[in-house]
Amino acid sequence: MSEKKPALWLRIYTFLVYAYIYIPILILIIFSFNKQKLNIRWEGFTLQWYEKLFNDHQVLLATRNTLLIAVISTLVATVIGTMAALALQRYHFPGYGASETLMYIPIVIPEVVMGISLLAFFSLIKFQLGLATITLSHIAFNIPFVALVVRARLHGFDKSIEEASMDLGANELTTFWRVTLPTIMPGVLSGAMLALTLSLDDYVITYFTAGPGSTTLPLRIFSMVRFTVTPEVNALSALWVAVVFVILFISEYAQRRRA
Amino acid sequence: MNTARVPDKTTRRFSLTKTLRESPVAQGLFLMGPTNTYLIVFMVIPLILVTVLSFMSRGTYGEVVYKFNIESYIRLFDPLYAKILGYSLLVGFLTTVLSLVIGYPMAYYIARAPARQRSLLLFLILLPFWTNFIIRIYAWIMILRSSGFLNSFLQWIGVIHEPLNILYTPTAVLIGMVYEFLPFMVLPLYTSLEKIENAQLEAAADLGAPPWKAFLRVTLPLSVPGMIAGTILVFIPAMGMFVVPDLMGGAKTMLIGNVIRNQFLTARDWPFGAAASMLLMLLTMVFTLYYTRKAGFGEELLI
Amino acid sequence: MSDFAVELRDIVKIFPTPEGGQVKAVDHVTIHIKQGEFFSLLGPSGCGKTTSLRLLAGFEWPTDGEVYINGKLMGRTPPYLRPVNTVFQSYALFQHMTVFQNVAFGLEMEKVPKAEIARRVNEALEMVKLTGMGRRKPKQLSGGQQQRVALARALVKRPEVLLLDEPLGALDLKLRKEMQLELKALQEQVGITFVYVTHDQEEALTMSDRIAVMSKGKALQIGLPVEIYERPNCRFVADFIGETNFLTGTVKRVSKDKVAVFIPALSTEIDGIGHGSFSVGQNVAVSVRPEKIRLADDDGKPVSGLRGTENLLRGKVVTTAYIGSDTRVDLDLGNNVRLRAWEQNDISTLDPEAYYADGDAVRIYLPYENTLVLPEDAT
Repeated sequence: MSEKKPALWLRIYTFLVYAYIYIPILILIIFSFNKQKLNIRWEGFTLQWYEKLFNDHQVLLATRNTLLIAVISTLVATVIGTMAALALQRYHFPGYGASETLMYIPIVIPEVVMGISLLAFFSLIKFQLGLATITLSHIAFNIPFVALVVRARLHGFDKSIEEASMDLGANELTTFWRVTLPTIMPGVLSGAMLALTLSLDDYVITYFTAGPGSTTLPLRIFSMVRFTVTPEVNALSALWVAVVFVILFISEYAQRRRA
Repeated sequence: MNTARVPDKTTRRFSLTKTLRESPVAQGLFLMGPTNTYLIVFMVIPLILVTVLSFMSRGTYGEVVYKFNIESYIRLFDPLYAKILGYSLLVGFLTTVLSLVIGYPMAYYIARAPARQRSLLLFLILLPFWTNFIIRIYAWIMILRSSGFLNSFLQWIGVIHEPLNILYTPTAVLIGMVYEFLPFMVLPLYTSLEKIENAQLEAAADLGAPPWKAFLRVTLPLSVPGMIAGTILVFIPAMGMFVVPDLMGGAKTMLIGNVIRNQFLTARDWPFGAAASMLLMLLTMVFTLYYTRKAGFGEELLI
Repeated sequence: MSDFAVELRDIVKIFPTPEGGQVKAVDHVTIHIKQGEFFSLLGPSGCGKTTSLRLLAGFEWPTDGEVYINGKLMGRTPPYLRPVNTVFQSYALFQHMTVFQNVAFGLEMEKVPKAEIARRVNEALEMVKLTGMGRRKPKQLSGGQQQRVALARALVKRPEVLLLDEPLGALDLKLRKEMQLELKALQEQVGITFVYVTHDQEEALTMSDRIAVMSKGKALQIGLPVEIYERPNCRFVADFIGETNFLTGTVKRVSKDKVAVFIPALSTEIDGIGHGSFSVGQNVAVSVRPEKIRLADDDGKPVSGLRGTENLLRGKVVTTAYIGSDTRVDLDLGNNVRLRAWEQNDISTLDPEAYYADGDAVRIYLPYENTLVLPEDAT
């Protein structure tokens, strides 16, 4: 695309859209330090809401659950999804088309439908709803996303380095471990990051597959938003935003260093 | 020199590793196996279950009565639900159109920015979306409430004297939806705009087209694949959304997603909820098939 | 230790096509490669040379026939258990490893102790003139340098046979010519058998001890470069190697050392030598290389240096191209018969009369021992 300086109105417009995107979050963060409960006027700087947060049992529990589910489902989905990406990108086998379609269904299907179907399924087999059911559900929708990302990165993979590796004396397993995996690692990590994000952020599917006592952060935030209007929610949100920013900057930095 | 063929000792016994090593088909199946198994168990079977459920009926105490009937489907034809369905389609449609209109100039700007800036600009769009979905909605609730930030601000500078009733109206729902789905529209648009060669626009100018005409006749048509991908990414999820209407729309705005949710968790009429889900799935499939036939799956536009 | 470093015995390799059919990539090929030889597989794309190489390396298994490396039957042995190493066309360097790690990889697989690995890797890098580049990554190297790393990586393992798949294809002309000489010198220095795949006939002629010319899955002719060039056994080989002229005709007489062929287009008979047996009436192609043709003005004056056994034809000069070292003369013999002759400019004069001009009538002498009678189809 042309690199001429775009029209002024376009720059202003874009700036406004960015503002539209960022202002809500900024307000959120600012008011998490507000003394006043109702979030209207600025009454003074305080950290009381943060304090309340750290003592909130439910929130801490939810955080632990969310992280646990996210890590486990990401690990499992990344392994299975990467295998699927390799299968689809490099092999032909009976049922290829069906496998591909099957894999893309979770991406296209509305989350509500997937959520209720899993709920129905778990009650049918009398599997009690809890952390396990949430994790199993997260893995289900994470696998296709990982596979999608890894597959996109597999384009242009030069098979001859695998042949070279075997030619030099490495068997199939060693070749995969020492040559193939390191080469596709950036793609795999991208896929894993996506899966982690989707899991951390998920509300709908988690909502249907969670049991009593197995609350996650998104669920907790939802009920807090629905029923109370304490700036504790602001504080929680601000913290979440901060943690995300830190993680992102670390990963950017790590990527820069590797390059 | 012994020229007879050396017998292959390993063909006597079936060896898994040998088969895997020698047959690409076996390798492919081995790699695809876990995904297929997992998705069949946790997706196909549940969906079949829902299909079956939609033909069952609800017992007095909310349990499922296993008798084949199509009552639930008949209920869906009730004008009340027709209205909700229509409403869902409308919201999906408006969300898509609005995010397209709002997002297009932005995608255009980023596509024309210097290469170094582009990834930063894209990153900035995505950044807020690394925070939690609910948090972002909450922020808007805070702003749009009667006692919220927007009203306070407008009253403070004297533009209005009474708070505007924005929250818990369809308008609020739309604001929230567009906010959520904007990146899903901007990214595919950006990808397809970015691919447009400068040379084509120069050719248009060379042949006498003023900038606005070049845009209409060259840029716009070439960005259609991006628009289609964006539409798929926005319309389908928007139709099935229930969180935003729930939090920002109040009782007045019910979408099909809300219906499904209610039937499964509040009213405990699973068969009816299943029927509604089938309807939503049908709409989704029709839409997806129609659009993917037009433009391919467009997965290359998903980063 | 066998006589032969490599043996392909009646190898057949069939691949299934995506449409459901089959293609015979290698069609009953038998090749014996001697110890320490620089052996080339030469042919156009799709002739089966790369497939044959891959059969040696172990990336494919023969549909029929056997592969022997130093007398050992390879059967279905995987590549990592074979005493051969490959230099790939795309170099196939491990991008995530340094040059040193790339070259060391094969030794690591052999579980060679670290100290020895370091010694041998540095030795190998020296051999390919890349001393000191150990810590760089492949991305930072030029094409020629990457190619040397690929070479070092394979050679460091001291394989019994080194397989090279068009390694110089991606290099520019000048670099390619330099590398050809270097590779040849390297092979002589190290003494390993090289099996070299290329489609460039000049390259094959320059570097090889022996060449196998392949086409459509068959090995048409195997022999020394001079044999391939001077005594091609069929039309394809004569055409593929160097430049040549063809005349079509039928066999009239076969004698102990000559074959007489009638050329209908010229209404004349010419004598040549034939490879293999011919029967009277058989359709043949007569091949004469341009540098073998002698020209003289058609003015009746005697021509020196002729033996008296040459075939004499007559024709007219169409165009000439002065190359400096020789002049390329296009001749028209009538009836749509065209020949090309290369006359060496062994006189030093600026007199235009000394060079053939367009339209000149000339006598064309084809020495019979350079007039090759070849069967129309490949043997």
